[in-house]
Amino acid sequence: MELTTIWFLLVAVLFTGYFILEGFDFGVGMLLPVLGRDDRERRVMINTIGPVWDGNEVWLITAGGAMFAAFPEWYATLFSGFYLPLLLILLALIARGVAFEYRHKRPEASWKRRWDTAIVVGSLIPAILWGVAFANILRGVPLDAEHEYVGGLLDLLSPYALLGGATTAALFATHGAVFVALKTVGDIRGRAAALAVRLGVLAAALAVGFLAWTLNIRSSTAAVVLAVGAALALLGALAAATVRREGWAFTGTAAAIGLAVATLFAALFPNVLPSTLDPAGTLTATNAASTPYTLTIMTWVAVFFTPIVLAYQGWTYWVFRKRIGVAHIPRN
Amino acid sequence: MDALDVARWQFGVTTVYHFLFVPLTIGLSVLVAILQTLWHRTGDEKYLKLTKFYGKLFLINFAMGVVTGIVQEFQFGMNWSDYSRFVGDIFGAPLAIEALVAFFLESTFIGLWIFGWDRLPARLHLASIWAAAIGTNLSAYFILAANSFMQNPVGYRYNPETGRAELTDFVAVLTNKVALITFPHTIAGAFLVAGSLLVAVALWHLIRNRDGADTPAYRFAARFGSWVVLISAVVVVITGDIQGKIMTQVQPMKMAAAEGLYSTESPASFSVLTIGSLDGSRELFAIKIPYLLSYLGTGDPNGTVHGINDLQALYSAQYGPGSYTPIIPVTYWSFRFMIGFGLAAAAIALLVLWSQRKGRTPRSRWLLRAGLAMPVLPLLANSFGWIFTEMGRQPWIVFGEMLTRDGVSRSVSLTEVLTSFTAFTLIYAVLAVIEVKLLIRYAKAGVPDVTPSSEPDDAERPLAFAY
Repeated sequence: MELTTIWFLLVAVLFTGYFILEGFDFGVGMLLPVLGRDDRERRVMINTIGPVWDGNEVWLITAGGAMFAAFPEWYATLFSGFYLPLLLILLALIARGVAFEYRHKRPEASWKRRWDTAIVVGSLIPAILWGVAFANILRGVPLDAEHEYVGGLLDLLSPYALLGGATTAALFATHGAVFVALKTVGDIRGRAAALAVRLGVLAAALAVGFLAWTLNIRSSTAAVVLAVGAALALLGALAAATVRREGWAFTGTAAAIGLAVATLFAALFPNVLPSTLDPAGTLTATNAASTPYTLTIMTWVAVFFTPIVLAYQGWTYWVFRKRIGVAHIPRN
Repeated sequence: MDALDVARWQFGVTTVYHFLFVPLTIGLSVLVAILQTLWHRTGDEKYLKLTKFYGKLFLINFAMGVVTGIVQEFQFGMNWSDYSRFVGDIFGAPLAIEALVAFFLESTFIGLWIFGWDRLPARLHLASIWAAAIGTNLSAYFILAANSFMQNPVGYRYNPETGRAELTDFVAVLTNKVALITFPHTIAGAFLVAGSLLVAVALWHLIRNRDGADTPAYRFAARFGSWVVLISAVVVVITGDIQGKIMTQVQPMKMAAAEGLYSTESPASFSVLTIGSLDGSRELFAIKIPYLLSYLGTGDPNGTVHGINDLQALYSAQYGPGSYTPIIPVTYWSFRFMIGFGLAAAAIALLVLWSQRKGRTPRSRWLLRAGLAMPVLPLLANSFGWIFTEMGRQPWIVFGEMLTRDGVSRSVSLTEVLTSFTAFTLIYAVLAVIEVKLLIRYAKAGVPDVTPSSEPDDAERPLAFAY
């Protein structure tokens, strides 16, 4: 396999991992006021993701770094072109990350309320905007022959892109509700499971529409297979959530998100950012790539370290496998 | 004002701000790990109290370092896309490795440490804080290797066909002599901050309550912190001296700009301060130490230090017409503030140690005031050090290869970059106020009670720690 193909796959894997992992912690954040009826319940929710959200976010940093190292042209054009959406994502991630750490640091209700807002908004904005961004990557954006973005903000807000944003938000919310049901005991567990089913129906409708539209824009056999797999996984997750098999439901939503992201990358390949203006502006895995020397070094680093990272991150989830409920929240 | 100026201001503000939190993360992670190791080895409760106490301050700071760090990685692509295209083949690799090798380690094990008090065996819990500390310190190496390429590009060739710099020797990039010496300098600078925080907080409690139950814990923290500061100061001075000599070789203009030395001199003197025209080209009054600049730059008190005018003429001939001189008042004063604030922190640490000689407990109000200023001094020194090293490289973004003005994003408008600069500055300002207030609140609260929970050890027992 070509080095550029390997790195296309690796970047795809990193973003897929990012959306599966941070997907549920975005979901938990978005649903904070919906599922958490009082402060203790909200703390239960935050503590289900407390030990892991930061590690989940490093998948994004690694994906960005991998993009920079392996496809500098892609990284440069994408990040400067999608300027304002990325700015909003950054501001949201800042507010949300600090909120997790600071929310419990003072007892006042007003203090907690403000951080709750930061968590909800800070989770919702990236959940929507990542969908918008990836829809635009797939559909293509106006690039000139030098691969510079020449569109404006409105070019990024087409109906297809907005549907992408609604789809990721709904998928992550479902994924988050399933996660809360999987990780808690007591009242909140039942409510989360019931909400997961309702959100799941919405997410399934949006996802089927978005993936069908996606395959209509560009497609490949692999993309079709993956999209069908994503739809089936989501239906399976819904069925499992209905009969309260939370482990299977979570496996289902994780697989659905993973396969949906994989669909986008499979449909995109070998392009990485198509141009809707000058075809010469289209960035591909070949013309956006670093030199074979850099890619070779990076491949060895990835081959050696990725399994280690997966092992200890997986172990973390094992350490914090116990369900928690309001009884576990210390008073302070 | 154009998009380039605002992009530069944004990089300066967000990077200096990020680096207010990074040194504490680097240094305090190791110091907290040492405190916990002491508790693990001796079973002495005072070490456990200090671990939990400084651990809390560490985490309040850590969150800020994490969230402001994401901005740094995105910023290269957002505001400096032509720079990213030009150096991506070389510069991207250390960033990606930093994330994969260091950030995962740091973030995963910090989560295990925060929430693992009652869920991990004691040894594994202790190993977690060490793993996080190692991850943090490793991350510094990769990002400094990337920065060192900008100061002293090595291990690459310019490809005229693609117009990009291409990696030819990755080992050369990682063993760049600038990186090898900048790493210990930066790490020691970080420990200067962390040690100072230990001292300041402990001193505050010691002077307020001289015979409290926790006096032994604070006494230990004040002495331990002071030793950390003193040892770090020695390392900072030694590595800084070596750095100066390497800088004179690879970026002679930066050394000339540090002194505002216009004409080549041998021997050259170092001025402690100068009053004169703003760019230092005319002086009214100066305190000078003869031979010192020659020694700093070359190791020989009579060595030749090249002046700004000669280097400007040399670079104009080499790279074409244009100014190759940094803003002299900025480099001149940032260099002196870096040294001055760093030395001031070390001097206070000496006083703190002296005040505790032979088992005494410090009581001086003046010492308290000086002690409280301690963490601020090395933070300022660190910030001025970075301002010096980055501003001293100007007008280059990659020395000798690419000018800063050529690295900026062409597709980003002034409105866009102004929007992001304003947004980051505002959110950073608000968070700074919140963070400092929280730090003070928790610092004042003092070491926690560590008597084990009386609740029965069953499935319903509250978590040892929860958000």
